[in-house]
Amino acid sequence: MTAYLLKRLVIAVVTLVLASMVVFAVLEIIPGDPARLMLGLNASADQIELLRNQMGLNAPVMLRYLHWAGGLLSLDFGRSYTYSVPVIDLVRERLVVSLPLALMALALSTVIAIPVGLFSASRRGRAGDTIAMGAAQLGVAVPNFWFALMLIYLFAVWLRLVPGGGFPGWSAGVWPALKSLLLPAVALALPQAAILARVTRSALIEVLNEDYIRTARAKGLPYRLVLWRHALRNAMIPVVTILGLQFAFLLAGTIIIENVFYLPGLGRLVFQAINQRDLIVVESVVMLLVAAVIVVNFVVDLSYAVVDPRLRGRQ
Amino acid sequence: MSLLEIDKLSLTIGGTPILRDIELSVAPGEVMGLVGESGSGKSMTALAVMQLLPWAAHASGRVTFDGIDILAASEDQMCALRGDDIGMVFQEPMTALNPVKTIGEQVAEGIRWHTRASRGDAEERARKMLDRVGLPAAQFPLSRYPHELSGGQRQRVVIAIACALKPKLLIADEPTTALDVVLQAQILDLLRDLVAENRMGLLLISHDLAVVTEMADRITILRHGEVMEAGDTARILSGQLHPYTRQLAQASMHVPARARHSVGQGKPLVEVESVTRDYPARRISLLKRGAPIRAVDDVSFSMAPGQSVALVGRSGCGKSTLARMVLALDRPTSGTIRFRGDTLTGKSEAELRPARRDMQVVFQDPYGSFDPRQKVERLVAEPLHVLEKKPAPAARREMVAHALHEVGLSPGDMDKYPHEFSGGQRQRLSIARAIITRPKLVVADEPVSALDVSIRAQILDLFAELNQKLGIAYLFITHDLTVARAITDEVMVMHDGKIVERGRTSEVLDHPQSEAAKALITAAPDLHRAIAKRLHEQG
Repeated sequence: MTAYLLKRLVIAVVTLVLASMVVFAVLEIIPGDPARLMLGLNASADQIELLRNQMGLNAPVMLRYLHWAGGLLSLDFGRSYTYSVPVIDLVRERLVVSLPLALMALALSTVIAIPVGLFSASRRGRAGDTIAMGAAQLGVAVPNFWFALMLIYLFAVWLRLVPGGGFPGWSAGVWPALKSLLLPAVALALPQAAILARVTRSALIEVLNEDYIRTARAKGLPYRLVLWRHALRNAMIPVVTILGLQFAFLLAGTIIIENVFYLPGLGRLVFQAINQRDLIVVESVVMLLVAAVIVVNFVVDLSYAVVDPRLRGRQ
Repeated sequence: MSLLEIDKLSLTIGGTPILRDIELSVAPGEVMGLVGESGSGKSMTALAVMQLLPWAAHASGRVTFDGIDILAASEDQMCALRGDDIGMVFQEPMTALNPVKTIGEQVAEGIRWHTRASRGDAEERARKMLDRVGLPAAQFPLSRYPHELSGGQRQRVVIAIACALKPKLLIADEPTTALDVVLQAQILDLLRDLVAENRMGLLLISHDLAVVTEMADRITILRHGEVMEAGDTARILSGQLHPYTRQLAQASMHVPARARHSVGQGKPLVEVESVTRDYPARRISLLKRGAPIRAVDDVSFSMAPGQSVALVGRSGCGKSTLARMVLALDRPTSGTIRFRGDTLTGKSEAELRPARRDMQVVFQDPYGSFDPRQKVERLVAEPLHVLEKKPAPAARREMVAHALHEVGLSPGDMDKYPHEFSGGQRQRLSIARAIITRPKLVVADEPVSALDVSIRAQILDLFAELNQKLGIAYLFITHDLTVARAITDEVMVMHDGKIVERGRTSEVLDHPQSEAAKALITAAPDLHRAIAKRLHEQG
C-alpha cells in the first residue's frame, strides 16, 4: 500500500512540475512581448518598460521560472494587471463560489446517478431501464444552460422558491448563499448525472455477468443484496474515474452557468481576464486548475486502492 | 425417499429447447454423476434446481427438493434454500470469488444471512469451515483476499462457502476441470469426505467419464438435452450397452493410430542447454525486492526432427515459460537455445524471422485465440508475414485453402468468421494457422483440454496424421497424461522448474521413477482403473 501511494504521489508531483513548466513556457512562446500584448497597440515605450519590470520580464528565463514557481508555492501569484490587486485575492474571492458549487453539483450528480444506474442495470432490457436510459440520453443531449433557464423559470419565476441569479456572499448567511447556488448546482449536475448513470449501468451490467455474482446468488442472498454488496463495489472503478474528470470540469467549465445565474465564479474570472489580456491572472488560474486536476487524480488513484485490494500490493 | 427428484424437466430459452424430459434423482448420501458433452444441458439442469436460470428461460415439469416444489417456489423461498440446504460449487475457481472481499467475509456472509448469527459467531464458523477444507488459520487467515490464493486454494474457499451450513444437497458443476490432476484428486477427496461426514447428496457434473466413474454411485448421461442412459455406475460402464455410452468411453480413451517412424536422424531440431528463467520478485519495500522467482531452473534437452515430445507437469511448474522460450517469445536469464543449429538467444526480431517461419504454436483456448472481427482467410494467413516473399492474394488464398483442407475443413470456410465454427472446428483452424508456413516444430499448449472427448479424439487424430504426413515435430504441453500417451514418443516430466524425468512415453507412464511423475500418474483419473475399482468394490 505504501509503495503504491508513494509511487502515485511522486507521479503527481512530477506532473505538477512539468505542467508548471508548460504553463510558464506558453508565455515565453507567445510571439512578441507579453507586456506589449497586455497593454495593447497604443501603449508608450515607458508604460511597456514599467510593466516589463513589474512582470520581471528583464531577468533570465530560468531565474524568472524559479521566481514564479517559488511564488506559486507560497501562494503569491503576482498582481493582476487590470484589477491592480494580488491575484490570490481575486482567486480566493471566486473560489468561495466555485468550489461549493462544484462540490454540490458533484454530490447531486452522484446521488442521482448511482441509484438510477443500479435500477437500470438490475432491470436490463425492461421498461424501467428503457425509460431511465432514455431520460439519461436526453440529459446528455440537452445543454445545461437550457436546464438552467427552465429551472429559473420554474423555481425562481413561477414558484419563487429561490433567487433566479446573483450571489449574496457567505456574509449574508449560509442558507441564503446555499440557496442561490442550488439551481446552478442542479443545472450543472443533471447532464453529469446522466453520463454517470450510463457509466454506472454499463459497469454494473459487466460485473453482473461475472462468476462471483452467481456464487453470491448461490449463497442465498437476495438479488438486491447481491447488487449492493457484491456488484456495486466492483463497478466503482469506472464510476470513480468519471467522477474525477467531472470534478475538474465542474470547477472550471461552468462559465455558461455562471453567466446564466450571474455568479462571480472562477470561469467568469478567466473569461474576463482573457478578454482584458490579463495574462498573469490567466496563467495563475490555469495553474490552479492544473493543480486541482492533479490532486483530484491523486485522490481517484487512492480510491482505486480502497476499492480494489489487488492494487494495494503486499501490505 | 429421494432428496432431489427431477421429473420430466423441460427447458426452453427464448423458444430454443435446451432440455427435454429430464429424469434424475439424488438420495441423501448418494453421489449422482451427470455426464455429457458441452451443450448437452448439464449446467442448465443444475441451474434449474437452484432457480438461477437465465432471465429468458422457461422450465416445465417437476423438480422436488426435500418435499418442496422448486419450480413453483417463490424467490424468497429459493433464497432460503440456496446456500443453506443446497450448496453449489462452480467450474472456474479463478473467477468464482469476489476480488474485493476477503475470504472470511465471503464464507461468513452466507452463514450470517441464513442463521442471523452475529459477525463474531459467523466468523468463527467460517474459520472452522476453512480449516475443514484444508485452509488452516496460520497460512490462510480470514483477512486474505482471493488474489492471494492459488486456483486450488480458491476452489477450497468456494467449497467452504457451499458447505458452510451443511447443505443436504451439493451441486458441483465441473469442480475440478480448471485444476491440474494432483489438485483435482485432492478436491475430489475433499468432496467425498464431506459427503460421507454429513450424509450429503452430491450432484457431480462433469464431462470427464473417468472422474465421474471414480466418484459416483449412479450416473446419468445427457446428450442434446436428453437423458441417454441412467443407472448404476459400475453396471453402465462395464456393460457399455448403450451406443452413446460406448462412444463416450471409447473417445475418452482414444489413442490415434500412429505408424512407428524413424526419428532422430541427423542434427537435432531443438537444443536447449542449461536454460534458466528468473522473474523479479515483488518489492518488499520501496527499495528492496525479494529473491527472484526461478520459473525454469537449469533445463537441458534436445528434440529430433519429426519427434513428438510431451512436457507434462502440474500447473505452475514452469512448462509454459519453457515453451515460450523455445518459441523465442521470452528470453532465458541464462543458457542457450538452438533451433536447427542456430542460436536463438540474444537475437533481434529481424534475425529471428527465418526461425519463426519454422516454428508455430497452437493454444489451449480455441475461443480466445482468434480476433472475432476477422475472416478465416486473414486469420489463417497470419503467419505468412514471416515469409521472405509475401504471396500474392491469389496465391495466399490458395495456401489458406490447402491448409484448411489438410485439417479437414472446407476451403469455402475461409470467408466465414470464427463465431460460425464450433469449438473443435476452431481448434482445427488454429492448427491450420500453425501449419500454413510448413513449420518444422509446432508447440501445442494444452491443445485439447478445452474440448469434448469425441472432438478431442478427432483433434488428436489430426495431430497424429500431420505428424506422419508433414514430419512436424511436436512439443505438447499438458497436464493430461492420456494426451501424452496418445500422441507422443517421449515424455519429459517437469517439477519446480526442473526436468525431473525423461523417457519413452509408455515407460515413464507405466513405471515412473521420480516422485513428481508418480504423483501425477497416481492422481490422473483413468477410466479402466476406475471401472475395475468400482466392480471390485461391488464384488
